[in-house]
Amino acid sequence: MSQKSEKLIDKKGLRLDGRKSDELRSIKIEVGALSNADGSAYIELGKNKILAAVYGPKELHPKHLALPDRMFLRCRYHMAPFSVQERKSPAPSRREIELSKVIRESLEPSIFLEYYPRTGIDVFVEVLQADGSTRCASITAASLAIADAGIPMRDLVAACSAGKIDDTIVLDLMDTEDKMGTADVPVALMPNLNAITLLQMDGILTSEEFEKALNLTLEGCMKIYAMQKEALKAKYVSVKEVEE
Amino acid sequence: MASVITRVKQKQIVQSIDKGKRLDGRGLTDYREIKVEQGIIERAEGSARVLLGKTEVMVGTKIEIGEPFPDTPNEGVLTVNTELVPLASSTFEPGPPDENSIEIARVVDRGIRESKAIDVEKLCIEPGKKVFVVFVDVYVLNHDGNLIDASALAAMAALLNTKMPNYEIEKGEVKTKQGYTQLPIRRRPITVTSAKINGKLVVDPWLEEEQIMDARLSIGIDDDDNICAMQKGGSGYFTPEQVLEALKIAREKAEEIRKKLEW
Repeated sequence: MSQKSEKLIDKKGLRLDGRKSDELRSIKIEVGALSNADGSAYIELGKNKILAAVYGPKELHPKHLALPDRMFLRCRYHMAPFSVQERKSPAPSRREIELSKVIRESLEPSIFLEYYPRTGIDVFVEVLQADGSTRCASITAASLAIADAGIPMRDLVAACSAGKIDDTIVLDLMDTEDKMGTADVPVALMPNLNAITLLQMDGILTSEEFEKALNLTLEGCMKIYAMQKEALKAKYVSVKEVEE
Repeated sequence: MASVITRVKQKQIVQSIDKGKRLDGRGLTDYREIKVEQGIIERAEGSARVLLGKTEVMVGTKIEIGEPFPDTPNEGVLTVNTELVPLASSTFEPGPPDENSIEIARVVDRGIRESKAIDVEKLCIEPGKKVFVVFVDVYVLNHDGNLIDASALAAMAALLNTKMPNYEIEKGEVKTKQGYTQLPIRRRPITVTSAKINGKLVVDPWLEEEQIMDARLSIGIDDDDNICAMQKGGSGYFTPEQVLEALKIAREKAEEIRKKLEW
């Protein structure tokens, strides 16, 4: 995070893209975007464009990873080389390996893994274009893809971030705000269980500021949760219309 | 990083925690004994060994001259790497870093970087061309749980012990001179990890507690009681109330450790 050079919030309290401090970017979600996958979802969060696909439950390879009492969840978060300003090498970076781990751990509590012992399920996330808060948008899409695959779940997982820019706590950081701001807090929530399944922070915040940021993300997650449910329903309504 | 733990033992750990006491005799918010030794590897520019109960972590720092990142031409570079060496546990295997070691390295890095612990601008030799690169290599020697806190502590202790070579610029070439100066350190972040077991929070989980925990939350606290890093791990969850409780514990414990180590 570098020093701020220009104002990220203007005199009217609006951000660079005209949003208020507690406003999400525009979100478009499509469930079942890929035909080969058992479940899939596509999300646009501002300029983020992310695809998530689920394959499974299926026989796990390599077999020694299989667990006797539950399903093995495998996650891969990957960014396309053209998704960012400077070309990113397609080889997985340390950041992508860490994010694959935290995304998996944010989804694990939502799935009844014990229903499918000795099997595996693969969740693939491809970031086609990145614009800040990609891990949150990835979780939102991946959770829908799992639901689309018909895997029994305790709840959907919705995620969004908050951060601090120009001494103000704001919701849903975009790329410039993330880079020029002074803190970033990504959070994932299972709203019905009031359960936080992803929580990270970098930057500097006082305890009061953190609590404010956390509450802001929880509200944001509720809004995203509503959109997730709409998107999930929309797929099956359109299937029904085609059949009629 | 899991190995087998019997159901009987799992039950014992949970029942004991329910009564407010842990199997090794600690209270829920007690750390194990912390021992810090500095300057133990002469070849390294800085070094430290931290014992957290039976968990043992060694950190060595090396300083080289390299290029700055294009977006921060006036700043030195910090690189943290973690090796889970196979001699530390039967569950560690030789080979390239796995997700666990990458996570530890990145959480340790986050605490140091975000708290601005090192005055990186003082590591600049020639803007845009030459800066000092600080390599922090975390070596886990014995794994008995809570590697994140032990590694973060050892990394900070090693940095406090790090000396950089004196230099002069001669015809555009950097030449090292006699003598050393102390690495410029501004902050001393401390990371505190709480594990959630059966709905209760316990601080500094040891190995068997880590194996049965639902989730853990590591929080970095800087000298002014601000939060500088956070990482949730494990396949369970926290309620918002538990997150705030873990934060309260982390602030208290960071202050306690700070006093004890005179940081």
